[in-house]
Amino acid sequence: MSGGTPRARPFSKAAREALQDTQLRRNLARATSTIREKRLRATEELPDWQELREAGRAIKAHTLAHLDHYLMRLEQNVVARGGQIHWARDAAEANAIVQALVSETGVREAIKVKSITTDEIGLNDALAAIGVHAIETDLAELIVQLAHEPSSHILVPAIHKNRAEIRALFLEAMGIAPSELSDEPAELAAAARRFLRAKFLEARVGISGANFAVAETGAVCVVESEGNGRMCTTLPDTLITVMGIEKVVPDWRAMEVFLQLLPRSSTAERMNPYTSFWSGVRPGDGPQAFHLVLLDNGRSEVLAHRERRQTLHCIRCSACLNVCPVYARVGGHAYGSHYPGPIGAILSPQLLDSPEADTLPFASTLCGACYDVCPVKIDIPSVLLDLRLRSVERRRARRGRLAALDTEDGAMRLAAAVFAEPRRYQWAQRGARLAQAPFVRDGYLERLPGYLAGWTRTRDVPAVPAQTFREWWRERRGSGGSQR
Amino acid sequence: MSSRDVVLRRVREALGHAGSASGEPAAAESVTSEAAEYRRVGELDAEARADLFAERAAEYRVRVRRVERDGLPSAIRAELEAHGVRTAVAPADVPEAWRVAGVHWRLDGAPGSGGLLDTRALDATDAVVTGCALAVAETGSLVFDGGERQGRRLLTLLPDLHLCVVREDQVVQTVPEAVTGSEDAARRGAPITWVSGPSATSDIELERVEGVHGPRTLIVLLVR
Repeated sequence: MSGGTPRARPFSKAAREALQDTQLRRNLARATSTIREKRLRATEELPDWQELREAGRAIKAHTLAHLDHYLMRLEQNVVARGGQIHWARDAAEANAIVQALVSETGVREAIKVKSITTDEIGLNDALAAIGVHAIETDLAELIVQLAHEPSSHILVPAIHKNRAEIRALFLEAMGIAPSELSDEPAELAAAARRFLRAKFLEARVGISGANFAVAETGAVCVVESEGNGRMCTTLPDTLITVMGIEKVVPDWRAMEVFLQLLPRSSTAERMNPYTSFWSGVRPGDGPQAFHLVLLDNGRSEVLAHRERRQTLHCIRCSACLNVCPVYARVGGHAYGSHYPGPIGAILSPQLLDSPEADTLPFASTLCGACYDVCPVKIDIPSVLLDLRLRSVERRRARRGRLAALDTEDGAMRLAAAVFAEPRRYQWAQRGARLAQAPFVRDGYLERLPGYLAGWTRTRDVPAVPAQTFREWWRERRGSGGSQR
Repeated sequence: MSSRDVVLRRVREALGHAGSASGEPAAAESVTSEAAEYRRVGELDAEARADLFAERAAEYRVRVRRVERDGLPSAIRAELEAHGVRTAVAPADVPEAWRVAGVHWRLDGAPGSGGLLDTRALDATDAVVTGCALAVAETGSLVFDGGERQGRRLLTLLPDLHLCVVREDQVVQTVPEAVTGSEDAARRGAPITWVSGPSATSDIELERVEGVHGPRTLIVLLVR
């Protein structure tokens, strides 16, 4: 992100607004359909893709089941190689740790590699509060930072912007004459290279997230494309890495699985251009001070719940965003969190625990495309259902005795009673057939009155037919039709 | 209670064994390799591996040239000349024959022994010439671990052109073979860097563009 904080609003409101933005929908449709096709080609090329997914799932499940052990092992190995470990219970503590570390160096600027975890804790704002400017060096992060907007996609934060919009931003922010910059992506990238090279060479403090950390060797891993990650993790004197506690993997060998799953799922490449591993500090090569901040910030609570624990398997590839019919239409900002799309719809309600975030599990058609593509097999639809239940229970609890007056709640209870008894169901069908008469158009109910209008505002409901299946069946048997 | 204790306590409570640390889990190594029957070892012979590597690396816009051992110095010279390289840097331990005439060479000392070039001097250098630890055929990747003929990480990052010499016997087929191949370096705590093609971005409309911050030109001389 780094350009701003997403606005917390109920999803249905945010989505309705986003759907009005036709430019946004065009940009998203183009980008997500391109990456969907590419991802399919990249995964179909591997004959053992399904086995790799299962291995990824199994390694993550194993690690989480022994998370305390692997965190301590990671700590031990990072310290043994000259790094320092800091534990943070929550965002405020993580920010305070980084603020103190940066203050010690006396710098006014720090260079940053794209990291959703640092977005989650609002690190850039925390640094600004002590007078330190965090410069985002990932091209897309730089774009949204210059635009003062939050990110809208895990992998491609500026997916909502097209090349003309990006050119306009660069002209203003980098002081380039309009005649010197076209909207060709290659030229725009070259402009960013010139702008940032000077920053890289001056920087004394680098800040990163982590894609993985290997408990066995103490190695931290950053996977990237542009080389800004390598710059940030090798040029400065001091490197500070903030990672969620769920990012640890047991051993070096686990990387043979994740280095195949992640690039093919995220950028749909056989391999991303640059992957860096470093363990502590190395004399004469890279930063001579390394700090690893291990962040909980609600993750241990997710861990406690059996069905929801798998949320922590996520390796942030963003494949689920690109296949989601909801995400492809409303975009990332509507989710009001740094984690958009299907994974955000299950992660944000658990990490943020707010009434707005509680509306996110409903931002899904439960089509299951996200589960099919997930490289670590997170059963997102099941977790969505589980969180919907939690959200309904919470609403009931909040309303207390008034819950009985809740329309939706009442309608659901009534439906449950009707569906529970065959006879009630038949009566309901007959009743509906009589009542629907004035509203049927070509076999569909397009606009219902009163409370029911909410349902038909966004959907057409098939009308109850003149003869139901049960009636047809009874008639058939009565007339002596074949009973095989 | 320290934050460390709090986080670890929360994790243990969540896992249902409050108070005590969970014991040593059944060897993690076996979890990874037995988790599922994915491919670990490739089936190609040495020649087919080299061919596949050359093909896949080229697909990611690496300029790949196949050369005989004897022809390596002249190939290095031809490539550097063709790209207008006037100044180049190399790790101190590259063979003297690689430091071809016609280019002003600077050597970067082995880590720890001093003689490291200044960052700005590196930035102002046209090219870098190195070897590598391994190459991966299926992904067209180069693997560096700071070992022989590779130097420190900055060397292969700041100059705009990177020429890498790869011996055919350094090419493995699969990603698992490459991970196994760098296991010793990983256990030693060496920094390990995988490079697959020149620096690139897909951040603008998901269109892949070569050349953001790393070297914009990557040349591989694949030696028989």
